Amino acid sequence: MNTQRPETAAATVPANGWAIELEKINKRFGAVHANKDIDLKVARGTIHGIVGENGAGKSTLMSILYGFYTADSGVIRVNGQEHAITDSRHALALGIGMVHQHFMLVENFSVLENVILGAEDSGFIKPSLDRARKELNRLEHEYDLEVDPDAIIEDISVGQQQRVEILKALYRGAETLILDEPTGVLTPKEADDLFRVLETLREQGKTVILITHKLREIMAITDNVSVMRQGEMVATVKTSETSPEQLAELMVGRRVLLRVDKTPANPGATLLEVQNLVVADDMGHVRVKDVSFSIRAGEIVGIAGVSGNGQSELLESVSGMRDQKSGNVLLKGTALSLKGDDGAARAREAGLAHVPEDRQRMGLVTTFAEWENAILGYQGNAKYGAGPFLDISAAKKAAAEHIKLFDVRPANINLKSSLFSGGNQQKIVLAREMEQDPDVLVIGQPTRGVDIGAIEFIHNEIIKMRDEGKAILLVSVELDEIRSLADRILVMFDGVIVGEADPATATEGELGLMMAGIGKDAPRGLGIAEQGPLP
Amino acid sequence: MDISSVLSILDATIRLSTPLLLACLAGLYSERAGLFDIGLEGKMLAAAFAAGAVAAITGSAWLGLLAGLAVSLSTALLQGVAAITLKGNQLIAGVAINMLAAGMTTFLGQTWFSQGGRTPPLPEGGRFEPITLPFANELASVPVLGPIYADLISGHYILVYIAFIMVGVTAYVLYRTRFGLRMRAVGENPKAVDTAGISVVKLRYQAVIITGLLAGLAGAYFSIAQGSGFGNNMTAGKGYIALAALIFAKWKPVPAMFTCLLFGFLDALQIRLQGAQLGGIEIPVQAIQALPYLLTVILLAGFIGKAVGPKAGGVPYTKER
Repeated sequence: MNTQRPETAAATVPANGWAIELEKINKRFGAVHANKDIDLKVARGTIHGIVGENGAGKSTLMSILYGFYTADSGVIRVNGQEHAITDSRHALALGIGMVHQHFMLVENFSVLENVILGAEDSGFIKPSLDRARKELNRLEHEYDLEVDPDAIIEDISVGQQQRVEILKALYRGAETLILDEPTGVLTPKEADDLFRVLETLREQGKTVILITHKLREIMAITDNVSVMRQGEMVATVKTSETSPEQLAELMVGRRVLLRVDKTPANPGATLLEVQNLVVADDMGHVRVKDVSFSIRAGEIVGIAGVSGNGQSELLESVSGMRDQKSGNVLLKGTALSLKGDDGAARAREAGLAHVPEDRQRMGLVTTFAEWENAILGYQGNAKYGAGPFLDISAAKKAAAEHIKLFDVRPANINLKSSLFSGGNQQKIVLAREMEQDPDVLVIGQPTRGVDIGAIEFIHNEIIKMRDEGKAILLVSVELDEIRSLADRILVMFDGVIVGEADPATATEGELGLMMAGIGKDAPRGLGIAEQGPLP
Repeated sequence: MDISSVLSILDATIRLSTPLLLACLAGLYSERAGLFDIGLEGKMLAAAFAAGAVAAITGSAWLGLLAGLAVSLSTALLQGVAAITLKGNQLIAGVAINMLAAGMTTFLGQTWFSQGGRTPPLPEGGRFEPITLPFANELASVPVLGPIYADLISGHYILVYIAFIMVGVTAYVLYRTRFGLRMRAVGENPKAVDTAGISVVKLRYQAVIITGLLAGLAGAYFSIAQGSGFGNNMTAGKGYIALAALIFAKWKPVPAMFTCLLFGFLDALQIRLQGAQLGGIEIPVQAIQALPYLLTVILLAGFIGKAVGPKAGGVPYTKER
C-alpha cells in the first residue's frame, strides 16, 4: 500500500471536462522542495478534496494555481487552455477564486468595501458599491449566503467573514473556488452551513477545491480526493472508493490508528480536587459557576462541551493563570494558592503541569529557540541553573532529550520555535510539561491543528502518563477525542457541570444533548450558550 | 480683549497651523498606506532650504516652491526605496532622513552662501505675497462678518488656502475613490490587497509621492511665505508635532485639521503671551514657548486613549514566506 502511485480515478475526460489541470508543478522555497512534480486534474462541477499533513505542500500548490506564488516549472491548464498565471489578478480573470485559511479581509472595512477592493469599476467607488450591493443581494439568494453588506468585518463572526470571502470570489466571477482549511476556525454549526453552501455551488456548476486535513469532511462532501505527502502527490481516488483509514495511511505513509488503544483505568488515591470553583472572565462575567469534581491517580477526566461554556476559564483557573472568585483547588489534599500573577508558577512547583489551549499564545514564545521554550516556566528550577543564572548547557541537554523522547522534527534545539509545524510545537510543550514528572497534568485542546501522525503519538503519551499513575484533566472541543481518551466524561454547559458520562456506554447523541444543556440535571432549554441550542 | 485682538490671535492661528496641517496630511498618506513616517521633519527642512535658496537666487517664489517640491519628493522617494523596496526599518529610515536634512541644509547653506547656514534674504518676488480675496475691502465695514472675512479669511498666502483645500480633497480621495480605498486597505492588510491582484509596492510608492509633495509645500511655507529666507533648523520640530497631531486625529483628515488648528492656536497664544506677567512677575519666555510642546506630550500621553493606527504600519511587506 505504501508504494501506491497516483491512481487515475478519473483518467477519462469527465462529462463536463476538466476545470483545472496541473502538470509537473515544482516549487522550492530555499532548501525546501515544497512541490515536487505535482499532477492534478479537477473535473468541472465537482468538489475535489486535497488532503495531506501540515507542510505537505497543499497550500503552496493552491497558491501557485491562484498566482500568489509562481511555480519554478510546470504547466497549468484552465478549461483546457494553457496559461502562465503570473499574479492573482490573472487567476481571478481566469475564474479562479480563493478563500485563504487566514482571511484576506480588511478588518475595519465594511463587507461591501471588501467585496469591491481590487474589482472596482472606476476611479470613484460609489458606482461600484451600488453595483456590489445589488449583486450581493442576488448572490445571497442564489447561494443562501446571507451577510449584512454594511457590517464592519471586525464586528461579524468568523463564519460570516468566511461568507464574505466566498462572496468576494463569486462577485469576481469565480467558476473555480479554492478553499484552504475552511473549517479550522468554524463552529460545527458554521461548518455545516458552509458545506451546504458548497453543495449549492456544485449544483450551480461551480468547481470547488477543498484543502483540509480533516478526513471526515473529505468523506462527507467531496467527489474525488487527492492525497499529498511531503511535497508529492501520492494518490487521487474517488471518494466513494476509499476510506478514512486508507487516506490516513496515504497521508502519513504508514498505518495509523484512528482510535486509541487503552486498557481500563485503574484509579488510585484522589490527586486533584476542585471545590465550588467560581471563575469570572476578563469582562467580569461569571463563566464557571460553583464547579466541583475530583480526579484520582491513573485516571483521565475529560471535560466536554461546546466551546465557550466556561471550559477555558476552568482550565486557566485550575492551572493558576486566572484568579478564582471563590472555591478551592486541592492537590493531594493541600489547597493550592493560585491567586496573583505567579499562581501558575506556584501550581507548577506544587506538581501541577499545564498544557494550555493555545500553544502559540500561551504555551510558547514563538520567537525563542526550541531549547529556550523547552525550559520555559521551569527556568527558575535549580536544575537549570543556580540563582539568577541559567545553566544553558543543562537546559540544552534537557531540550535535546525532549526532542528525542517526543520525536520532535526537525531535531534542532537551536531552531526558532515558530518554524516548527503545529504538531511539533505541541510536542515541545507536551515534552516540557510531562518531563517534569508532575502529579497532575491539565491539558487543553491537545491536538488542535495537529497532524494525524502526531495526534496518534500525543494520545499515546497521554495514556502512558495515566498508566504511570498521574491524574489528568483533559479539555477538548473534539468530542471524539474526549470519548476515546477519557475514563470519565464531565459535560459542561453554561459554566455548570451538567452531567457525568461513562465513555464506554454514552452515545454521541446523549452527550450532544447534555452539551446543549438538555441533559438530566440541566436547566432546560434556556439557550444561554453563545452558540444557542443545538439543532 | 476686543474683537480685533481675538481676530489677530485667530489669524495667527491659521498662519501657524498651515505648515503643521500640510505636514500632517503628508504623513496621513504614507501612514495610511502602512509606512511610518518619522521623516516628515527632514523632508520639510530640506524643502524649506531648497525653496529658500532657489527663491533667493532666482527671485521667483514659484521656482522656489518647485525646488522645494522636487527636493522633498526625492527625499521621500529615497525613504521609500529604503522602506518599501529594500524593506528596511521605517523608523530608522525616517530618522536617517531627518539627520541627513539637518546636516546637509546647514552644510550646503554655509558652503554656498556663507551666512552661517542661512540663505540670503529674499529679493522682490522671491516671497509669496498675501492674497486679498474678492470683495474683502468692500465688505470690511460690515459688522462682525466683515472683519472675519477681510482679516481672518482673506489676506493669507496661497499655500494656506491650498492646505485647507487639501483637507477636503484628502477626505474625498480617502473615502470616495478607488485609490483611497486601496490605500486604506494596504495600510491595514497588504496581503488582502495583494491577493486581490493589486500591487502593494506600487500603491505604497504612490502614497510616498503624495507625502513628498505635501511635505514640500509645508517646507516651502517656512522659508518663502511665513519667513523670508531659510534659517538653521527653521522647522523646529514641527514635523514631529504634525505626527503627534496625526495620531491624535486618529489618521483622519478633518480631525487632523482641527488638531492642527489647536496646536496652531497654542503657538499663537504663546507668542501673544510673551512678556505677560503673573502676579507681578514676568513669566520666563522659555516657559511660554514650551507650552505647545508640553501640550503635545500631555495630549498624546493622557487624553488620546488608545490610538489604533493602520494595522500594517511599520511592517515591510514580504510576499514569499
